[in-house]
Amino acid sequence: MLSISNLQAVIGEKQILRGLDLEVKAGEVHAIMGPNGAGKSTLASVLAGREDYEVTGGSVLFDGKDLLDMAPEERAAEGIFLAFQYPVEIPGVSTTNFLKTAMNEIRKYRGEQPLDAVQFLKLMKEKMQLVNIDQSLLSRSLNEGFSGGEKKRNEIFQMAMLEPKLAILDETDSGLDIDALRIVAEGVNKLRSPERATIVVTHYQRLLDYIVPDFVHVLYKGRIVKSGPKELAYELEEKGYDWIKAEVA
Amino acid sequence: MTPTYESYTDFKNQLLTAFREGEERLNGESKTALHQVRRQALTAFDQLGFPTIRHEEWKYSNVNSLIKQRFTIDGTSTLTADELSSLEIPNLEGNVLYFVNGHYQAEMSHIVSPADQVQIGSLADSIKADPDGVGAHFARYADYKDSAFTALNTALATDGVVIRVPANAQVEQPIILRFISDARVNNVASQPRNLILVGKNAEVTVTESFRTLGDNSSFVNIVTEISLDRDARMQYYKVQDETNQAYHIGTTQVHQTDNSHFYAATVTLNGNFVRNNLNIVLNGQYAEAFMYGLYMPNGRQHVDNHTLVDHAMPNSYSNELYKGILDDSGTGVFNGKIFVRPDAQKTNAYQSCKNVVLSPNATMNTKPQLEIYADDVKCSHGTTTGQLNDEALFYMRSRGIPKDEARTLLLYAFAQDVLSQIKIQPIRDYLEGVITAKLTK
Repeated sequence: MLSISNLQAVIGEKQILRGLDLEVKAGEVHAIMGPNGAGKSTLASVLAGREDYEVTGGSVLFDGKDLLDMAPEERAAEGIFLAFQYPVEIPGVSTTNFLKTAMNEIRKYRGEQPLDAVQFLKLMKEKMQLVNIDQSLLSRSLNEGFSGGEKKRNEIFQMAMLEPKLAILDETDSGLDIDALRIVAEGVNKLRSPERATIVVTHYQRLLDYIVPDFVHVLYKGRIVKSGPKELAYELEEKGYDWIKAEVA
Repeated sequence: MTPTYESYTDFKNQLLTAFREGEERLNGESKTALHQVRRQALTAFDQLGFPTIRHEEWKYSNVNSLIKQRFTIDGTSTLTADELSSLEIPNLEGNVLYFVNGHYQAEMSHIVSPADQVQIGSLADSIKADPDGVGAHFARYADYKDSAFTALNTALATDGVVIRVPANAQVEQPIILRFISDARVNNVASQPRNLILVGKNAEVTVTESFRTLGDNSSFVNIVTEISLDRDARMQYYKVQDETNQAYHIGTTQVHQTDNSHFYAATVTLNGNFVRNNLNIVLNGQYAEAFMYGLYMPNGRQHVDNHTLVDHAMPNSYSNELYKGILDDSGTGVFNGKIFVRPDAQKTNAYQSCKNVVLSPNATMNTKPQLEIYADDVKCSHGTTTGQLNDEALFYMRSRGIPKDEARTLLLYAFAQDVLSQIKIQPIRDYLEGVITAKLTK
């Protein structure tokens, strides 16, 4: 589904990704871990198409298509979803209105008819239960005045609505207490399917107790330096990252 | 032979001459108190002259290109009811009054509210029927001694509307005043004058809407005087959608007494040069005034909003929010003055002006002015001018919303704080239509 090879990216003058390789197949959950500043969030941003980053080399194929050639909205329409580490507040636009616009733009891109109000509300009710989100939150301005937990839950709700092929969760666990973490993880797990893949970007192993990955990768200095099964996450939790750094050096 | 309007060497001279010629045609009317006020106003206009940018209140708004032009000022128009229908606001119900080049058009207008709720008449008719009654209020609120344009209007205004709402009346249907400049044949100038008197514990909603037809220049110099008796409530909307050859200078002067509530929303969508003065005197305890504004100059449009709130009595409240979206080489001015007099203890006054600048060539000038002479007051003001939030744009695009749609949605949301104040749905629909068209251009 996703094939990243030798990806290099800079922000300003600073080289962040230095030849990153990653293969993700449908149905898989990949965890990307690594110390601060390794390039984890950069990878998530580059995949979503954030313009602050400049890709200077390598390639990213998504279902065989050149992802790097697409605008962020095209990537979304092709089935990529980024759950933001810091969801942005959009004053004056309700979650409902926002999602309706997003869904119908994506449907338009795919040559499908827009959802009517009834279809949309039905879908929304169904997905609201999935992440245990309240109707009143959805009528408010998107993310404005939301608590940290509400913002992250709203991200997962949007993901449930848009049903992406590839979901990228960028530090979704940051700022969440254990209850909120569980609710968010449950939402993600309910969306797991053989057709979809997930990349979980996280600093801590904690989230991986709830979202169990098939593969764990360690990102360090802009490259994936070690990959392994889920047990690798426990090893990292126990020993920290220093032994990896030593191994690479 | 009467000279054609192009032959005047000077706009001011043309206006002064017009007054004197008009005066010669008057019979007994020239002796009335009202006419004496007009004469004083003309003298004031003559002495003040048109303001230049050296005048502090006109620093950012240069009227040079206006006064260099020549206009017909006799108010004639060949506009027919059929032609007017192209300007209709769909589904609009209520008292809809049309004024073409400043003159009331009875046959195109509909007054539906019963006379025990509200009396609505043209200024021309009202002066004829009751010169002293009109004279008792005319120019009593809007000061012409310091303002050339108000003085000019006071001297030359012959038509407009007089609205009287009796005590305790609830005017159920809104009143919509539609000022149409017919500039299809030549440059036209008009001086409409409105007087709105809202009685004790009465309530009314009045909208002023401005449109221009044709490609020649138009100039509207309007003055609206509003007086709210105690416990009265009024919603006042000013809606401007004129051409890129249109000049508009307007003063709305509001006088409030005890426990009266005034809600204003000024929405400027299009116009070449727009200056709105909204002056409110809170001359009563527990009087409250709310002012909202939205302006969106693009191209070479210029929109200037001046507000003045004069807290003259204790325990009064004012709150204003103005929002601007500026594109291309558009320019905007916001000048908000709050005056708290020594007696006006326990005043609460809030002011905020927020702007989004979409182009490096667009300019916004903001100037809050607080003059506070009482010591137990709460006042705050804030202005922001910035660009569209890139993070928000990326967030929306990452959900599949294309860049242009995302931009429109964000700006539209930005405007909603002001638009949502307008409680007449057909007018809101009409405004939203024009705004959407403008944002997606």
